[in-house]
Amino acid sequence: MNRSFIARNPSVLIFLAILALFTLVVTVLSEGFGVGLISTSFVKVLGKTLCLCLIAIAMDLIWGYTGILSLGHFAFFGLGGYMIGMWLMYERTRLIVVNSLSEGVLPPTPEEITAGIGNQIFGVVGSSDFPLIWAFADSLVLQLTFVVLVPGLLALVFGWLAFRSRVTGVYLSILTQAMTLGLSLYLFQNASGLRGNNGLSGLQNLPGVTAPQSVVSLWFFWASALALGLGYLLIAWVVSGKFGSVIRGIRDNEARVRFLGYSVETYKLVVFTLTACIAGIAGALYYPQAGIINPAEVAPIASIYLAVWVAIGGRGRLYGAVIGTAFVSLVSSWFTGGQAPDVPLGFYTVKWVDWWLFLLGLSFVLVTLYAPNGIGGLIDLLKRKPRETDV
Amino acid sequence: MKTTTALATALATLTALPAMAADCPIKVGVLHSLSGTMAISETTLKDTMLMLIDQQNAKGGLLGCQLEAVVVDPASDWPLFAEKARELLTVQNVDVIFGNWTSVSRKSVLPVIEELNGLLFYPVQYEGEESSKNVFYTGAAPNQQAIPATDYFLEELGIEKFALLGTDYVYPRTTNNILEAYLQSKGIADTDIFVNYTPFGHSDWSKIVADVVALGADGKKVGVISTINGDANIGFYKELSAAGISADDIPVVAFSVGEEELSGLDTSNLVGHLAAWNYFQSAETPANAEWTAAWQNRMGEDRVTNDPMEAHYIGFNMWVNAVTAADSAEVDAVRTAMYGQEFPNLTGGTAVMLPNHHLAKPVLIGEITAEGQFDIISQTTEVPGDAWTDFLPESAKLVSDWKDLGCGMYNTETKSCVQTLSNY
Amino acid sequence: MKTLLLALCFALSLSTWLSAETTPVQDVLQSQRALIEKSSRRTIGPAIDALVVSGLPQMQNVLEVWQAKDMWQRRADGLFFTATKNADGTYTLQSFDDGADAGTAASTDLKQLKPNSGVRAMIATALVQFQLSDPDPAKRADALNSIARDPEVALLKPLRASIASETDANVLARKTRLERLMTMAYDSDIPSRVAAITEMSGDLGVDFRATLNPILTTTRVISQTQPDANVAQEVLVGSDALTHKSAYALLVAAGDAPAEITADARDAALQANIEGGRIAGFPVAQLSTEAARDRAYDALAAGDLAPPRVTQADIDASLANFRFFDVYTEPSQAVTTAAEAALVESETRVAFSQAADLGLDALSLASIYFLAAIGLAITFGVMGVINMAHGEFIMMGAYTGYVVQLFVPNHTASILLAVPLAFAVTFAAGVALERLVVRWLYHRPLETLLATFGVSIALQQLAKNIFGTQARPLTSPAWLDGAWVINDVVAISYIRIAIFILALLFLALFLFIMKRTRLGLETRAVTQNPRMAASMGINPDRVNMLSFGLGSGIAGIAGVAIGLFAKVTSEMGSDYIVQSFMTVVVGGVGNIWGTLAGAVMIGGFQKGVEFLNPSNTLAAQTYMIVFIIIFIQFRPRGIIALKGRAAGD
Repeated sequence: MNRSFIARNPSVLIFLAILALFTLVVTVLSEGFGVGLISTSFVKVLGKTLCLCLIAIAMDLIWGYTGILSLGHFAFFGLGGYMIGMWLMYERTRLIVVNSLSEGVLPPTPEEITAGIGNQIFGVVGSSDFPLIWAFADSLVLQLTFVVLVPGLLALVFGWLAFRSRVTGVYLSILTQAMTLGLSLYLFQNASGLRGNNGLSGLQNLPGVTAPQSVVSLWFFWASALALGLGYLLIAWVVSGKFGSVIRGIRDNEARVRFLGYSVETYKLVVFTLTACIAGIAGALYYPQAGIINPAEVAPIASIYLAVWVAIGGRGRLYGAVIGTAFVSLVSSWFTGGQAPDVPLGFYTVKWVDWWLFLLGLSFVLVTLYAPNGIGGLIDLLKRKPRETDV
Repeated sequence: MKTTTALATALATLTALPAMAADCPIKVGVLHSLSGTMAISETTLKDTMLMLIDQQNAKGGLLGCQLEAVVVDPASDWPLFAEKARELLTVQNVDVIFGNWTSVSRKSVLPVIEELNGLLFYPVQYEGEESSKNVFYTGAAPNQQAIPATDYFLEELGIEKFALLGTDYVYPRTTNNILEAYLQSKGIADTDIFVNYTPFGHSDWSKIVADVVALGADGKKVGVISTINGDANIGFYKELSAAGISADDIPVVAFSVGEEELSGLDTSNLVGHLAAWNYFQSAETPANAEWTAAWQNRMGEDRVTNDPMEAHYIGFNMWVNAVTAADSAEVDAVRTAMYGQEFPNLTGGTAVMLPNHHLAKPVLIGEITAEGQFDIISQTTEVPGDAWTDFLPESAKLVSDWKDLGCGMYNTETKSCVQTLSNY
Repeated sequence: MKTLLLALCFALSLSTWLSAETTPVQDVLQSQRALIEKSSRRTIGPAIDALVVSGLPQMQNVLEVWQAKDMWQRRADGLFFTATKNADGTYTLQSFDDGADAGTAASTDLKQLKPNSGVRAMIATALVQFQLSDPDPAKRADALNSIARDPEVALLKPLRASIASETDANVLARKTRLERLMTMAYDSDIPSRVAAITEMSGDLGVDFRATLNPILTTTRVISQTQPDANVAQEVLVGSDALTHKSAYALLVAAGDAPAEITADARDAALQANIEGGRIAGFPVAQLSTEAARDRAYDALAAGDLAPPRVTQADIDASLANFRFFDVYTEPSQAVTTAAEAALVESETRVAFSQAADLGLDALSLASIYFLAAIGLAITFGVMGVINMAHGEFIMMGAYTGYVVQLFVPNHTASILLAVPLAFAVTFAAGVALERLVVRWLYHRPLETLLATFGVSIALQQLAKNIFGTQARPLTSPAWLDGAWVINDVVAISYIRIAIFILALLFLALFLFIMKRTRLGLETRAVTQNPRMAASMGINPDRVNMLSFGLGSGIAGIAGVAIGLFAKVTSEMGSDYIVQSFMTVVVGGVGNIWGTLAGAVMIGGFQKGVEFLNPSNTLAAQTYMIVFIIIFIQFRPRGIIALKGRAAGD
């Protein structure tokens, strides 16, 4: 099965090869293990971009292949980040508190340690009690399980409710948007116990690890590359078989697939939940590199950007999603970084910081109107192989 | 780039040239959002920094070098603050960073500058409960804004019942926590403190204003302490004036409303409501007249100045003096030279940099005028900023002293340093 | 009072020829100079009293000038003057004694006295006796405001005296009401107090309740027997009003029971008794649990090295010895009983009024949501086009209003001009968007969403580049200032009423266009079956273009209204876009009554949650979203679902 799948999809091998080569090159050029041509901050940018690519291929599976435009997948991404963030924060603080309390005359009691950790973590948001949702924060294994479990469960419940009621098309898009808005509003509240607007911070410092960030950043870069490679392989495998044919059928004509006897809702639910789990993993790898997670990350706008990346890259082809995401997020970072030179027009100086978002907005319009296959469509042209038209 | 710097340093050591010659130009990082929700406030501070740097260069630069501003846009995206800070420190190799507005952006940057031993000047009033070796807090700590304003309410206005209205984020939460503890210590009962939190940009204020009016039903004088942030103030003040609440009936003192925020409002119905800051544009001193004129010359006649701008003004000038005193822009040398630095405030008096990385500054209380300015009705002597508040039990036993104790979170009960990194 | 007035008139006429050398007013002011300069509410009292007691006729003017922040002090000699600003920036000084010109001075030589509002309130109180019978009704009203803010026993007599001569009906009504309220609080005669209370029983005014509540304040008294005082009630330990813990804390505070040993105190005692690495025989290293520390402490206590811990039995025993009472500070039982009854009656009516007020708030919020969503009801509801740039059309309307106000300073005229102009601008923008983008994507709804989202980002950034990131003022005309006050509890601002009326107008307009005009007929035809409509001679292109323009134009007008009541920023559109979509989806697509129902439901729900949880508005919004998600599961087609062919996707 596996051999034939790879054989039928040479692009998967090509992609994995490029990814491996890319990882090797970055490692060799990095500060941590190589000659230092690529700064640590850029390694982090690249590592984060790989995580975004991972959620983008998940998005491509749900939108490009199944035809469900979810505007809420960043909610799952963020939840993944929060789950790992809780452990990172708890453990880092615990080490500090234990260290500090052991300087006292009496050996610290477990109650004192818990109170100390609570005060350190929640003191900045004006509280010191440990909320219930932190009950398992001391266990890395459990929190790692939650990275997959919590987004998966949310997707399962939400998807079951929505698909069962036959909410489709733009209604579903708006509903998923409401979901991520609801989550972000919930997290914004201090009462949610996840430090409200401040979120969880200092996540780049791994508890008990003394290695410098130049090294840690590479670990995460490798992990992100590995996750992207595995995710790509998994999704490519999913869409290549019979399952893939059914979900493409759902995309093109849902009613007909239903009349053929397939349980459309089950297929949708499986895809929705699977992509949510992948998004959770991507988030768990992303936020330790970003250093901080807070409710603004799961605001509806983030998920819309995700759709835009996939659209610009070209839907219905996984490498398209990767290309779109990498291209837009890196270009975006360059333009807002202040390095792009201003363009003097004599009567007016074009500052990229001011005009970049305007251009980005226009480019969505142009891509949707004139290049519905996105950048990936150009690669299809190069391959000069006739393909069935996409939606 | 890196190799050239390394070469230059090597050369400098060999020929025993003064170190400063190798560092030209001295780079100043400006880390303020130029897009997104916070651009409204932070763009002004970026322009302030550019003006200060231009002025310094016109005076002949620093240590014989020109200053070069490196402006980046973290786009009101908190993780991006960390990324841009790392970029400033490692790729651009800046000597100092002036930046940040929101607390969450500061918390995002803290681990990075502590890891890379950078230097950050943070110009905005904040909630305290933090002390980093690598940050100088030139804005007000709670005891330099919130506590004096509450004292003013208690003593000068005779307020007996308090409505603490805030936007739901860390600064109002912590400030209100401190104020609740403070008010209780002043004998105000728990039931006489009403607390409400609203989302960012909230616009539907009728219910909350009605709630505040209803507080007056038990015959106690009601006052509002507002930590409402940004745009939401506009709807709040409009509803307040629509409800016909005059400052004589229910005074409102705001900690986040300055000249900039008032410029989006018709203030004729708000005359008499209050704000507490360390600086108002209306301060009548020659230094302030000169500063305001320079700003308006550069940016336009209708632009206003505000408190965080003064914080950057003081912070930047202190940094310049510290670099001159240390004869180097190197972070550790500058930090040592910063302690005890003095610089005249724009409102009169002298700001002093304390060993806890906070300033001693006067506290001003102003009444809103019909012209959208503040009439200064109270000005204290310099109040030393306190990193850890004295009114919360867990914080009261902590002190910050980077000069002698070398610790930002020193427990005075156990006589030990809790941690040398800050709690982010 | 009359004599005082006479004396005042007499003195004023005399003052013109009084010799310039005698300066009694300045002398009095100078005698209080230090206090006046200090200008603090806590210390200013004697100074104000001295001014009033001096009996000088000019003092009313002095106090008024001082209160208005118009008093200046010459730095050189510390003398006080009133001053007027000259064209060249200097000030002309006038003496308080005779109003004579006292020369000019540069602003740097002068210090303006800025009494804070606490001091101003005290000045106002001092002025009351002068102003209560002032010929100017505005000043009499000022005096009443001042009494209402700081009622004082001493003011009751002059107030009563001034009622007889009052001519203005409004002022008279206020004077009478104030007199009644002050009688309740301060009169020495108990029957007249009780009479005043029963007379006004059930009144809704905040001032009435604010007078009664202080009469009913209680203090908690610990006693072993029934205290000999005006007892409100006995409080039982263990009731909600008094838990065991707080009751014991009261006993400790009163010194009637030993304090509980806190964990900190216990640990301090342990640390103080370390001997050779052991505390009372326990090795220090083993004290790493609470239980172990308690055991060690008990051992210390047994050895008399520390006070023993207070056990639950001790607490119960102490509490059994005492009773707790709430005692009125007001000694007269007749008064408190009457006040209690009057207040209960008020509270019931207040509760009803509060419900009414909440209903008005909900209605107002619903009308704002409806107004923001009504344009979408056309573009999304009728045409099925997702326009993510809808919020930006609202923003464009608001900025149009702002720009109009830049050129037309008259607020009424500018708003009347801004409304049609905003419609024109956003109508044009809507048509442009439809022609350039949307019409190419009619069969690809999901892509319309993306493309219009791109437009939304671009427009937002464009607005930022043009108008800056600052919020811009959009000021409502004076006749929309203020609020319609039904009573002290129920009130709604005029601007919200205007928005409500505007929403109704738009509803009518929408119904009229859809049901009674050719455009409406054609729109409905095109929506149901474009090909069939086209074959009947309708031009679907034109119809789509016009209805899209109409929807956008209405959003523009909504923008003006929203800008008037909230704020004008480049991001205001995004605040409303999600809510607007929710409103349309919850209500049911394709039916304006559905949109109305959706707006009412969302607005009502949100206010309901806010009422239940007044300290956290954010929670209300979160619950609302969750509610909408669940609601849509059960009614996927909204409250009012279209049936039959029209419901086709």
